Amino acid sequence: MTDTAVAPLISARGIGKTFATVDVLRDVDLDLLPGEIHALLGENGAGKSTFAKILAGVHRPTRGSIALNGKPVEVTSPVVAQKLGITLIHQEPISFPDLSVAENLVIGAAEDGWFSRVPWAEMTREANRLMDLLGVRIDVTRPMRGLSIADQQMVEIARALASNSRLIIMDEPTAPLTPREVETLFAIARKLRDEGRTIVFISHRLEEVRALCDRVTIFRDGNKIATDTIGNLSDADIIRLMIGRPVKEYMHKTGATIGEVALEVEGLTLPGVFSDISFSVRKGEIVGLGGLVGAGRTDVAKAIFGVTPAASGTVSINGKRVSITDPSQAIALGLAFVPEDRAVAGIFRTLSVEQNISVAVPKQLAPGGFIRRAVERAMGEDAVRKLSIRLASLRQPIGELSGGNQQKAILARWLLTDPGVLILDEPTRGIDIGVKAEFYSIIGELAAQGRAILLISSELPELLALCDRVLVMSEGRLTADIPRSRATQEAVMRAAVPRRSTTEGAAA
Amino acid sequence: MTTLRKIFLRREAGIAVMIVLFCLAVGAVKPQFLTLDQLRIILLLTPLVMIGAMGQMLVIVARHVDLSIGSMLGVSAMVSGMLYRYDATWFGVDMPWWGGIPISIVVGALLGLGNGLLITLFRLPAIIVTLGTLSLYRGLTFIISNAKQIDRQWIPSELKGLAQTSPIMGIPWIIFIAFGVALATYFFAMHTRVGRQIFALGSNPVAAPLRGIKVNQVTLLVFAISGALSGLAGILYASRWGFVNPSNTGSGFEFQVIAAVVIGGASINGGVGTVLGTVLGVLLLGCVSAALPLLGIPGTSQAAIYGAVILIALVIDRSVRQQGIASLKRARA
Repeated sequence: MTDTAVAPLISARGIGKTFATVDVLRDVDLDLLPGEIHALLGENGAGKSTFAKILAGVHRPTRGSIALNGKPVEVTSPVVAQKLGITLIHQEPISFPDLSVAENLVIGAAEDGWFSRVPWAEMTREANRLMDLLGVRIDVTRPMRGLSIADQQMVEIARALASNSRLIIMDEPTAPLTPREVETLFAIARKLRDEGRTIVFISHRLEEVRALCDRVTIFRDGNKIATDTIGNLSDADIIRLMIGRPVKEYMHKTGATIGEVALEVEGLTLPGVFSDISFSVRKGEIVGLGGLVGAGRTDVAKAIFGVTPAASGTVSINGKRVSITDPSQAIALGLAFVPEDRAVAGIFRTLSVEQNISVAVPKQLAPGGFIRRAVERAMGEDAVRKLSIRLASLRQPIGELSGGNQQKAILARWLLTDPGVLILDEPTRGIDIGVKAEFYSIIGELAAQGRAILLISSELPELLALCDRVLVMSEGRLTADIPRSRATQEAVMRAAVPRRSTTEGAAA
Repeated sequence: MTTLRKIFLRREAGIAVMIVLFCLAVGAVKPQFLTLDQLRIILLLTPLVMIGAMGQMLVIVARHVDLSIGSMLGVSAMVSGMLYRYDATWFGVDMPWWGGIPISIVVGALLGLGNGLLITLFRLPAIIVTLGTLSLYRGLTFIISNAKQIDRQWIPSELKGLAQTSPIMGIPWIIFIAFGVALATYFFAMHTRVGRQIFALGSNPVAAPLRGIKVNQVTLLVFAISGALSGLAGILYASRWGFVNPSNTGSGFEFQVIAAVVIGGASINGGVGTVLGTVLGVLLLGCVSAALPLLGIPGTSQAAIYGAVILIALVIDRSVRQQGIASLKRARA
């Protein structure tokens, strides 16, 4: 690049995005220069992915403007973005699995003439040329189905080159890759940068950002906090900028008496997912499990609950070694697991609220195989009263309730089994602040009743306010066990952010 | 690639093997099954189904289904039949004997377009829409014909000749027409841009609009093609059987056609289907239809056996394919 190198490729001004009534992005100004690799960093939900999707036409901004090479543009759809030379590469690439690799590179908007011939030979030649350019060896005539994620990403990058994209956005591309695949990806990203293209790189991994990127922009709570050259910021600076919000005092942790060990896990390992996880939760104790998305927290919970059992390691309940290979065994042992994605794993959308609640206890509900309507109604009414679930009628389909009230109903279902150990996976994700506060007091009460609670959460203030101890996982390992008195956002984040040679207490 | 290509090859080869084994088995009991004359009978059973199956294959590849093809066949055959009976004039001259061919194709295409419009405009599932039009279009056939059959004397003899006279080797014209449609479908599906977009759409309907594929237009086109080919099958029905009956003509057509397409390897989940596989699927069904009466199976049990054979073919095909996938996985590991 010559003297144009100083003029930004993309100038975003005052970009804001509101979903329903929630501001997820506020007033973001950002310039992306030609020939740079620019990292977007932030906690989950900080707004970095939303911003990237606005650039790529997946979302329309609610406010603000984007200029490309100084000219204002409207990126109304991914197709428009592609024509403008902007390509977003998803973590799990979107492709047509039954079509060949070569076809995947060209099919769609760039083509014209419905009935014009498909130039198979030329298409294959061009696809091979792009693959050579990237230095990857993929047979372009094979179908997309069955390619590794890394190869699918390469095909997406090749597609960006095929449409001669000047801005290539990679949304957490390295998460599913092996270290060697990451190296290949980085080499290609550097090569593209040296050709004068702009790469936007979204990642959680500081060491990758440091290894690859020229500049970094940090998002927090929908705001752009800082943009700087990577060399100007230490890891500690970056972490501070990422989390620097004031800790809100949500909670009054009620004085539950902490008793015997209820759940003990030792050396739990599932190769490639998590390894050597050991911890315990006592009766009346709330233990937080923090870390970034993808650190393996949910996998540990699923292993304990028998959904996908661990390969090795032991689980003990109330001091007795148990072997759980199926959720029904876990339930019989007094475990309950409220999963993260209630839409997928929790609710029966079209069934009524009371059916959704009572389904947990078939024997009480239907002795002899016939459902007792009165029992079902009583269970539902009891749950509504105890958890203050807001609904029009118990017979209403649960899908019509708000997210927070659905979540309460699911919790009510599990409480019917009177579990001694309760595992909550992101219980407050996507629910309103008001309902969140109610949830916190419910969780506190459940602990006060002597239940052991393992709370998986990505929200630091939630963990700090509710938990007696906070465990932190990073890339499948337990990296910290922090007692309440010493739990701070910095301490949790430091243990959560993967860095090469993570040693406890390092960096400050 | 070579291993994958082998699987796809094996997939169609598998149907071919089933055809051969079936014919040999029947031939062992009734040697006259393995004669040229019998081949001619089998081939004569297939052209209508083959033409319908080409349209249906495209619909299924696009992750839809068209249940209304038998009724579209009926309406379009009936429209042409009525025009023959009333000696309609065509741009000032008497309707030529071949006039029913374009008329039936256009009528079929319009009916198919109707399906496509209901599906795209109201975002209704194709299975529901075409179930509705299956009944609606059948009803139309009764209304326009006043429930009366078009008898032999009204069908032009040249048209009937298409099913009897042959340009070469005693193979009638309609068989050439059917294979011509298959070739055209092959070219359309594999060598035109919109043909490939049909596969893309069925392979990943979520990604298709993100890549700028005009989903609604492609869907309309696919259903219009299915209708047009049903129309062609309709006029050839009149040619083959020499009459058009409001209740019989085309009824049950969808069953044979969808069975042939699925046996031919098209995936109900979209994105997968080949012309060669579909042709083989049609031939396998033709062999079964020809064998049943020859084996002396009474008419009352033929339908049951026909259905059972289709299910057996699907089960064999599925287990062979799963073994193929398993061996591929082993090879990778």
